[in-house]
Amino acid sequence: MEFSELIRTGQAQAELLRGPEMPPLRGTLCVTGHHLLLSPGPQATPDLWLLLLRSVDSIEKRVAGDAGTITLRCKDLRVLQLDIEGVEATLDIARSIEALSSLESVITSFPFFYRPKGLRLGEAWHFHPPERYYKRIARETWSSPLPVPQTRAWRLSEANEDFSLCPSYPRAVIVPRAVDDDALARSARFRQGGRFPVLSYYHAPRGTVLLRSSQPLTGRQKLRCAEDEELLRAVLAEARPGARGFIVDTRSAQAAKQARMTGGGTEAKAAYPGWKRLHRPLERGRPLQESFVRLMEACGDPEQSMDRWLSRLDGCRWLSHVKEALSTACLAAQGMEWEGACILVHGAEGTDSTLLVTSLAQLILDPLSRTMAGFQELIEREWIQAGHPFQLRCAHSAFSHTRPKHEAPIFLLFLDCVWQLGRQFPLSLEFGEGMLLALFDHSYASPFGTFLCNSEKERCLCEVRTRTHSLWSGLNQPKEQRKLRNPLYVPNPLAIWPSVEPQSLRLWQGLFLRWTHPPEPSEVAWEKVWQIATDQKTEGSQPTDSASEPQP
Amino acid sequence: MEHIRTTKVEQVKLLDRFSTSNKSLTGTLYLTATHLLFIDSHQKETWILHHHIALVEKLALTTSGCQCIRSDPVIQCKNFRTVHFIVPRERDCHDIYNSLLQLSKQAKYEDLYAFSYNPKQNDSERLRGWQLVALAEEYKRMGVPNSNWQLSDANRDYKICETYPRELYVPRIASKPIIVGSSKFRSKGRFPVLSYYHQNKEAAICRCSQPLSGFSARCLEDEHLLQAISKANPANRYMYVMDTRPRHRMQSWWATQKDIGRIIVRISSKIWNDEKIRESDGKKRLNAMANRAAGKGYENEDNYSNIRFQFVGIENIHVMRSSLQKLLEVNGTKGLSVSDFYSGLENAGWLRHIKAVMDAAIFLAKAIMVENASVLVHCSDGWDRTSQVCSLGSLLLDPYYRTIRGFMVLIEKDWISFGHKYSERCGHLDGDPKEVSPVFTQFLECVWHLTEQFPQGFEFNEAFLLQIHEHIHSCQFGNFIGNCQKEREELKLKEKTYSLWPFLLDDQEKYFNPLYSSTSQKLAALEPNTVSFNFKFWRNMYHQFDGTLHPRQSVFNIIMNMNEQNKQLQKDVKDLESQIKQHKNKQTDGVLTKELLNSVRPESPALKTSLCLKEQTLLPVNDALRTIEGSNPADNRYSEYADEFSKAEPAVVSSEYGVARMTC
Repeated sequence: MEFSELIRTGQAQAELLRGPEMPPLRGTLCVTGHHLLLSPGPQATPDLWLLLLRSVDSIEKRVAGDAGTITLRCKDLRVLQLDIEGVEATLDIARSIEALSSLESVITSFPFFYRPKGLRLGEAWHFHPPERYYKRIARETWSSPLPVPQTRAWRLSEANEDFSLCPSYPRAVIVPRAVDDDALARSARFRQGGRFPVLSYYHAPRGTVLLRSSQPLTGRQKLRCAEDEELLRAVLAEARPGARGFIVDTRSAQAAKQARMTGGGTEAKAAYPGWKRLHRPLERGRPLQESFVRLMEACGDPEQSMDRWLSRLDGCRWLSHVKEALSTACLAAQGMEWEGACILVHGAEGTDSTLLVTSLAQLILDPLSRTMAGFQELIEREWIQAGHPFQLRCAHSAFSHTRPKHEAPIFLLFLDCVWQLGRQFPLSLEFGEGMLLALFDHSYASPFGTFLCNSEKERCLCEVRTRTHSLWSGLNQPKEQRKLRNPLYVPNPLAIWPSVEPQSLRLWQGLFLRWTHPPEPSEVAWEKVWQIATDQKTEGSQPTDSASEPQP
Repeated sequence: MEHIRTTKVEQVKLLDRFSTSNKSLTGTLYLTATHLLFIDSHQKETWILHHHIALVEKLALTTSGCQCIRSDPVIQCKNFRTVHFIVPRERDCHDIYNSLLQLSKQAKYEDLYAFSYNPKQNDSERLRGWQLVALAEEYKRMGVPNSNWQLSDANRDYKICETYPRELYVPRIASKPIIVGSSKFRSKGRFPVLSYYHQNKEAAICRCSQPLSGFSARCLEDEHLLQAISKANPANRYMYVMDTRPRHRMQSWWATQKDIGRIIVRISSKIWNDEKIRESDGKKRLNAMANRAAGKGYENEDNYSNIRFQFVGIENIHVMRSSLQKLLEVNGTKGLSVSDFYSGLENAGWLRHIKAVMDAAIFLAKAIMVENASVLVHCSDGWDRTSQVCSLGSLLLDPYYRTIRGFMVLIEKDWISFGHKYSERCGHLDGDPKEVSPVFTQFLECVWHLTEQFPQGFEFNEAFLLQIHEHIHSCQFGNFIGNCQKEREELKLKEKTYSLWPFLLDDQEKYFNPLYSSTSQKLAALEPNTVSFNFKFWRNMYHQFDGTLHPRQSVFNIIMNMNEQNKQLQKDVKDLESQIKQHKNKQTDGVLTKELLNSVRPESPALKTSLCLKEQTLLPVNDALRTIEGSNPADNRYSEYADEFSKAEPAVVSSEYGVARMTC
């Protein structure tokens, strides 16, 4: 396909308004296949302004006299205004942006053309997260003081090598050693989308595990599957004799029951001895998207009265979702840490709220996942490879006028929960708010390939890993570190249990009010924190060096 | 002591306020003359000052053991602590309840803690403590007296106004008869006086009370005094009169309002006479005189607006009291949902009131900074809302008040000396509950919001504000006892009690803000943004004793530590450098000798760093302790779900599952 067919105009003169704090830019505006460019001339700073067209969420045009105005609402929640000379030019540019920003094709998207200097293709991709994670488990089980049988309880299965068992799982998954690949195939047939129970996290200090799956297809006839039951029985048997298990269903008991009408359902008590179901309804899908949209509407109005603001903040229910997600994750974590129980998490498809719960529970329990590298690996393993359909969920952000189909800000909700953890444990996360903001931006529109497609299978088909750059290689460049890291990080080997009281949760202003309400003084203060922290590190290391110098 | 019947009760349970599973600590409860003390089984002490007790309630509680209704004391404190004791014996319970009821409400000042508190200082230390904050010096710092403002001795013996201090600053051209006349026209005799003088702008913040309602005749002296204030600002021809009361509440004061309107018109016309007409031709003057004779000619005061009248809507003490009450009811609820919290916050209106106070202060600061205009602030009596607005306005304008010492001066000036009725507003004595109101708490909260918006603008931190709040109610120090200076002198507080300020200064490293930037030009005058997003619930105030709700790690502490270490390291580097220099001077080859290295090594900063880090970061790790202190799933609300963990499986599998068929 030729982009040039969609580009209606060469260029136009325009003025760009970027919000209250930034000076306007004047110059020549130009639309290319993937970008909107504004060139203010050679002597201006910056000499080029670029916007990825993919990040345009909605576009509004207005013409008056012989000039036009285009308002661009971006997926990163920015609002931009372009004042363009000429009615024709305005309409042409608007049409071009509209057409180009809504292209569906993955392989013509910008990541396939993006070739930044200093980065090599294929670098920093996490090629085998399940394999690497399996190695870690093997290490941890061998060194742990647990009884012998447990140390060999898990194996890496390549039953899904050709994605035939489950299209949304990666090629390799970690399953109980006692269950063979044939049994996995049968269990996969009994679970929606083939997502049979797999290991998500091994909690070494207590020898307990966190599993995830999708709902069982019990249906109206209350079907059962011996292999599926055997799989869960094996999990308990290998954890500890007499170990208990809890199935955290992220739907309400009623919704789970209703799912039987459409072929889904939940595990029957009698069929899974030792496992007990807990229902923790989490919002997902359209209601969550609407919550996001309403929150952004409230955040877009700085003139509103105090009462109106509070009632809108209450009405959008976003913070309720944060609280529910965090408390469910805490429940799962608590089950493993304090009850010594195994936990299986699933909702319906097992690709949304399930992943939210499992990834948050790991952050709470696992100190490694709170490091920069560990967090990247967690996202790669528990979101990207675990089959969260990023392309569908992040097709549009809060400003889109199109009717939402599959959009839902589940990943944003995860980032918000992580931010809340970081606020309550400001020294325990190696990454800072900047990292979370970057992940939010890139999950919706990115020059990197990391968040492309909906599953591992699709990524393989599109050859994403060999033809695009990994976000991690972009983020791990030294020049990015100051933005992304938490200067106050101190490794903390303990579990972090957040408070989920409404008084302890706060609106994430750094994200939701990032562009409308820049908190300038606090940025300066943060710079000072950096300064104090880095001062300490450089000064701390300086004398060490001189002291360790070999004596003459 | 006569109120104490039982001094010690054992096996008392202290219930956790937010735990739904009735988690409790068992320990011993002691009742002393000044404090209630609870020592739990871990030897952790909880001290509650009797003066902090706002309310003792008997809560009917159904204990699970026996189904009888008991009455155990629930204590709500003025510093927002809530404790709930379960006393095993009903008789002890009753005794303690009655004792606390008596002890928490004293009838006379002499029974307050400050009169018995003895921090082991001698008299000269005590006196020096009281002299630490001297208002005469503060006015000198502002630049008064000067050619326009002078010290008036009119109130030297509290003859004109009992609730004002002895020393008052007024415009130089305002003579004593004018002051006396004006004071008769103003409620409680609180005539317009100087609160803050802005040296660069030559503009002043003045304060007074409302004009007396139903005063039919005009008060020439009051008009003169206002005119004098306006004229004391050579840079500007007009001044503002800010009424801090909301317009819709003014109906009862409507008559007053009209009086004020009349005053404005009259002053306008006076100046019109004095200045404009003098220069204009006689014919116009004649016209004006004719108009005035006909009762017309004043209505168009805007043309000669040398006084601009401004309403800012801050509600009265009763509205504020019930607003706080509502807020506390909401956040004290067990198992509060996010939705209930925000709708409760909205209904309480507390943040709305905070915003109103802040907006008023910003208006005041802008009038001075942008328009160079002097401002006269008043509410009804001029000791609540007026104090809030004047002090916050000065805080925005003058960086000095944002230092630890300056903040003490500010409180001493605009609150204590100008007669904010601390004893009545804080309910120190058993008095009229309708006089109690969280006016000063609101002021502290506004300051907190400013510290949140300007993290580098203040020398002090949140702990300082909380500590001050603690002591306005504690009655441990004499500063906040009584309702005005005259009363304080009669109580001989300076001889019988101690001042709080030296004690805060002794501890000042606890109250330093490590990010404070004293030199930043940008922070000279603060221009806060009062968009609604910026106002947040002050958890650290209203939940200061509910440890489970707070962040479990403190950025503040670690930055303080880092700062300390940086300083130490810098010093070490300097020491080392100077030693190297010395050595180089001695030894021309410039090689460090073993001796020198050895002498330095015990002091090696690298060693110190690692020690420090070890101390500040982590608790010992073992199997029993795998969580950060205070962060325990059992302390949090999600633990209630965990009750389900321990529920027994039902013995009988329901028949529903009996018909399940096997597939595959």
